[in-house]
Amino acid sequence: MNATAPALHAALVGSPNCGKTALFNRLTGGRAKVANYAGVTIERKEGRLETPAGRQVRVLDLPGAYSLDAASPDEVITRDVCAGRLAGEAAPDLIVCVLDATNLRLHLRLALELAQLGRPMLVALNMMDVAQRRGIRIDIDRLQAGLGVPVVATVAVRHGGAADLLAALDRGAARVPPAAPAGGDLHARVRALLAEAVTMPRATAAIDDAIDAVVLNRVAGLAILALVMFLIFQAVFSWAAPLQDAVAAGVAGAGEWVGSLLGSMPLLQSLVTDGIFAGLGTVLEFLPQILVLFLFILVLEESGYLPRAAFLLDTLMFRAGLTGRSFIPLLSSFACAIPGIMATRSIADPRDRLTTILVAPLMTCSARLPVYTLLIAAFIPRRDVFGIFNLQGIVLFVLYLAGIVSALAVAWVIKRLQRDRSEHMLLMELPSYRLPDPRSILLGLWERALIFLRRVGGILLSLTILLWFLSSFPAPPEGATLPPIDYSYAGHIGRWMTHVFAPIGFNWQICIALIPGLAAREVAVSSLATVYALSAASEEAAAAALGTTIAAQWSLATALSLLAWYVFAPQCMSTLAVIRRETNGWRYVWISAVYLFALAYLASFITYQLTLALA
Amino acid sequence: MVGQVEDTEAGDVVARRLRELGFVAGEPVRVVASGPFGRDPLLVQIGYTRFALRRPEAARVRLVDEPQP
Repeated sequence: MNATAPALHAALVGSPNCGKTALFNRLTGGRAKVANYAGVTIERKEGRLETPAGRQVRVLDLPGAYSLDAASPDEVITRDVCAGRLAGEAAPDLIVCVLDATNLRLHLRLALELAQLGRPMLVALNMMDVAQRRGIRIDIDRLQAGLGVPVVATVAVRHGGAADLLAALDRGAARVPPAAPAGGDLHARVRALLAEAVTMPRATAAIDDAIDAVVLNRVAGLAILALVMFLIFQAVFSWAAPLQDAVAAGVAGAGEWVGSLLGSMPLLQSLVTDGIFAGLGTVLEFLPQILVLFLFILVLEESGYLPRAAFLLDTLMFRAGLTGRSFIPLLSSFACAIPGIMATRSIADPRDRLTTILVAPLMTCSARLPVYTLLIAAFIPRRDVFGIFNLQGIVLFVLYLAGIVSALAVAWVIKRLQRDRSEHMLLMELPSYRLPDPRSILLGLWERALIFLRRVGGILLSLTILLWFLSSFPAPPEGATLPPIDYSYAGHIGRWMTHVFAPIGFNWQICIALIPGLAAREVAVSSLATVYALSAASEEAAAAALGTTIAAQWSLATALSLLAWYVFAPQCMSTLAVIRRETNGWRYVWISAVYLFALAYLASFITYQLTLALA
Repeated sequence: MVGQVEDTEAGDVVARRLRELGFVAGEPVRVVASGPFGRDPLLVQIGYTRFALRRPEAARVRLVDEPQP
């Protein structure tokens, strides 16, 4: 009956780590529209829900804030939206203040601050299940009376855990809090509320203390961190392999089948088999690896371990010109620099944030893996070293290490260049450990898979077709002796580019692959596949795997030089676009592109000339 | 126990934030752990929460002895 009534506009507000986003996902089913606030790079998440009585509600998930007296850009947004001061964003009809029931000493203060705004308000006492398990007793009636607004219990991670909140929305239970005594000390009021309504058996969970005693230990903590990192890389490279083989076999089978259907149309057949399947199939194989990597990052993120890692590494990273908080964005950058750069929003200090953004592209992202794997398999012998290590694995490890070491070096240089030498702030909460919620992990993986497939279907597909066109036209003249691609546009452009790239050992086929590869790194692999499939002298050679072809045609020096190039070269439009968005301008896009290309050329030059000299 | 949080300069953001997080007079406070390199940062328990503070941040918190019962 309320279907025609205007949607109620509710804003979720809470301190960091109160389970606000889990509650948002529970309420809206994870179907959120994510955008940025105009002019700033703070994520704006909005979802819709229908209450049991049929009432439409628009829910806005606001960035976590410890206080309305904002200390970071995130908190400014939260403050301005709550106060109805943000242009283009109407003041919410009601504020749902989300509190972690196990952390009320910290979170109640924000509730009291919000109450002073004089807007209709509800309090969601989240994580009530954890509070009960820890023996924390909360007298909701007394809390309600003390705050002057309705309080409902929620368990965001449990199915139906927000039922009381939905019922309260249906009842229209939100109340304008009574005016507080002016100039009252909020901390004193929090203490009074706690004394009246809350019994805490102990300040922190016993299990957290036990885990922290080991995980933050000087020796054991660092060993565990190293082990976790090792486990992640192990998983990405060996556990994902069978899945990758399955994807590769599927794509190859589909390509052959579609190709056989098009036997009567040679030009279209060439586009489909040489262009689309040879190109995209090579890239699609890497979906399992990317998902395994993200699975680990999401689990670590949800469990609360990442801030501990940041704690352990803070001093080291600070010496290099970063901060412990950079650890999380930089770790995500191993999967992809885009979420990594977006995750820098949690770094409060603008200098630290900028440095992290500038070095994030140096972390070995998953898009480099297709290139690395291809070249290593083709050129590095599978030889045992000292009995336990494999030479191929060592080369891959060195490539990752090169990225990390250069990131630290670049950060150190940036720190020397900065004029503002005032104090950098850490001040970071180490939240309670949590069992990761399978639902939200799956949601996160699903989002990642969609983003990847969209890239494959969008930019990669169009570039592959464009490259096929450039490599196939114009048709070779009568009596041509070389493969057709030598006479094509691509052949001409590639030859012209070798003037610049010959000193670092790139042949014209690599140069050609670099052009579409500017848009996304993994495109280089699909491009090479397309170029070599089209330049093959015979049917047999065209069908040969790309690895076999390049192993026969390239020198070791060229292969190593290309590997070195890929450690640095900023070949990813999306990363540059996200840097522009996150820094609000082109300045840092140019700075990163120029310094990364310069490093890439330098590293390749040294690698190529050294290998030639030694060989 | 916290005595008070001192500003190192006018409008010190770190000091203000510390006070908002509960570092106020009379609040019991305890160093739980310290980082592996140079015993920095410190892990400090205040209320029901633990915060990582670098030494210059922690130095703003002046302590007083808890009154004997």
